[in-house]
Amino acid sequence: MRWLLLKDLRILRRSPLLAALLVIYPIAIALLIGFAVSRGPDRPRVAILNELPASARTLSLGGEDVDVARYTRRLFEAVDPVTVRTRAEALDKVRSGDVLAALIVPPDVTRKLETGLEPATVQVLYNAEDPVKARYVQDTIKAQVQDASNALTRKLTQVALGYLKLISSGGRVSLLGRDVDVLGLERAERIVRAARRELPRASASRERLDRVERFAALARDNLSLSDDVLASVASPIRVDRKVIHGGATPLSSFAVPVALTFSLMFVTVLLAAGALALEREENAFPRLVRGLVPRSGLLAEKVGLAAICALVLALVMLAALSAFVDLGWGRFPLWIAAIALGALGFAAMGAAIGGLAREVRAASLLGVMLSLPVAFLALVPSGAVSGGAYDAIRVVSAAFPFRPTLSALDAALNRSGPIGPPLLHLAVLTLAFGAIARLSLVRFAR
Amino acid sequence: MEGEDRVLEAVGLVKRYGTREALSGVSLAASRGELVAVIGPNGAGKTTLLSILAGVQRPDAGSLSRPAGEVGWVPQQAALYGKLTVAENLRLFARLEKVADVEGAVERMLEQTGLADRRDDQVATLSGGNRQRVNIAVGLLAEPEVLLLDEPSAALDPRQRERLWRFILDRARAGTAVIYSTHDVAEAERYAHRLLVLADGELLFSGSPAELEAACGAGGLDFEGAFVEFLRRRGH
Ligand SMILES: Nc1ncnc2c1ncn2[C@@H]1O[C@H](COP(=O)(O)OP(=O)(O)O)[C@@H](O)[C@H]1O
Ligand SMILES: [Mg+2]
Repeated sequence: MRWLLLKDLRILRRSPLLAALLVIYPIAIALLIGFAVSRGPDRPRVAILNELPASARTLSLGGEDVDVARYTRRLFEAVDPVTVRTRAEALDKVRSGDVLAALIVPPDVTRKLETGLEPATVQVLYNAEDPVKARYVQDTIKAQVQDASNALTRKLTQVALGYLKLISSGGRVSLLGRDVDVLGLERAERIVRAARRELPRASASRERLDRVERFAALARDNLSLSDDVLASVASPIRVDRKVIHGGATPLSSFAVPVALTFSLMFVTVLLAAGALALEREENAFPRLVRGLVPRSGLLAEKVGLAAICALVLALVMLAALSAFVDLGWGRFPLWIAAIALGALGFAAMGAAIGGLAREVRAASLLGVMLSLPVAFLALVPSGAVSGGAYDAIRVVSAAFPFRPTLSALDAALNRSGPIGPPLLHLAVLTLAFGAIARLSLVRFAR
Repeated sequence: MEGEDRVLEAVGLVKRYGTREALSGVSLAASRGELVAVIGPNGAGKTTLLSILAGVQRPDAGSLSRPAGEVGWVPQQAALYGKLTVAENLRLFARLEKVADVEGAVERMLEQTGLADRRDDQVATLSGGNRQRVNIAVGLLAEPEVLLLDEPSAALDPRQRERLWRFILDRARAGTAVIYSTHDVAEAERYAHRLLVLADGELLFSGSPAELEAACGAGGLDFEGAFVEFLRRRGH
């Protein structure tokens, strides 16, 4: 078996075009997918629950009425809003995947904004089962709320500055329907100065008035700094994020297991399928199995060949990716376990394809034709299709190594969840595809 | 003499593909240095018979006198790796056959087949004739007492054929029992001590070329014509 393995490696080395394709193609695909995956869908469906009473839909700031709707319109342009009436309904829609997220505006938002004593909080519920989706929703809502928040901050700052100017310079202001003349520090200072001059030089009151005058001047000077201070006031609206279920892996790190899984799949499936089909194409299979190598041994050799090559490629890819993404090398043994079992699963699948196809070109074609749809199915986010279709997709995905490999790699690289179940799943798939491959070899000699 | 020198014996071989019988109770024997030709039209069951003798397929009934792994087998299509050189192919199969002296066996076969100067050429670059020589060399690596060849000359031009037969006759002279299939009757008549006629899986005749000629009753026709007439008379 060792000799067969060395033979296959030598053949691979003498097929530079094939070897290069096997390396470049998956990496190119992985990059494309990483790119595609880092862009979200257009206008995600977002449930909106507006708990504001009708009376509270305008803000009264510094005597000016501000229409809250003006600040939410921008958000509604970026998403496809679905109006809901209760919290339960919002939660339901997120859970079922009908919407990507729900935005809840609680009734006390306007009051909190008006008093300015505590930040007003809006709540975002999202389904983080799929990091691609979660990240997109998170980004969109954060950006829009930030915009609204900034606009309100500007408005609040303007109002506050108006008050400060009034304190500093004085002027007329309407208060509770009556026109009031506010004195202001500037005029106060002038009045104090005039009063001081009228006092006898030795008067003790003169010194006390001196202190009042110095305070007024100091206050005025320092109030002119308040523009900057106010500009740095914290955002008046805070976003309270809540994940409904699923792990939360940030997108950039999720792209790594996706890219790795794709590369693993291509290299391993195509190599195992091609190497096995080659034995038949070169007519060597009958010669090998008449006592030289048992059929199971031949299968094990092909699976091993593909898995070893895939492991090397995956490690090279990880080393290269670690230049761009922060990878926790401390969990290296788990990476190896995830890559190795994923590679074994794909290799067994490749061997089954190679056994059925019996010809290198047919095997490669079949390998690609089977792998791609399985991979794309495994990446379909839960909200994208109806519940029934999604269940069907899950079943199909579970029958192939892509989904469990992705889960195992995500768990190993990003701690997205326990790694045991996907590894066990892969072990079962390896045995199942190995059995199919073994069956396909029964009639392989002809 | 036949009894003592017998190196291979098969009795009542049957092979079915579904309901179709590709071999129906074929028996044969071969002795040291004997050249046995299996002749018959396409689809007669020649390949099936040889691959059962070689152990590539298992018969549905019947028995073989020796483990199939002990015979040398040369399939009709060269079973070689095109990307490996001549020497690498020989070395690989010598190792898989667990030949004691791998390098010795490789050198011996390179010399016998006259391919020593092409040893480092990839098999894919060889001519059909040379590829067939490497194919045969692989079958002889373990120095088997019995060599099975499935239509060895089918893809060769007359000059290559001539060289091939010289080589095979040398092996037989050295004591190897050679069983080969062909659909070329004239070739079988020239290069065989014994002929087996196979048609639709049935063994119609076993004997020397002269005996077959007599059975056919050549009567003015050439041997090939007589053979076709013989098959026709037997209902094939
Ligand atoms: N694997 C197979 N499955 C079904 N039929 C087969 C198979 N191999 C051979 N046959 C049939 O058995 C018969 C004998 O084939 P074969 O031994 O190849 O004949 P020959 O070598 O004399 O041309 C043919 O009719 C062929 O179609
Ligand atoms: Mg044949």
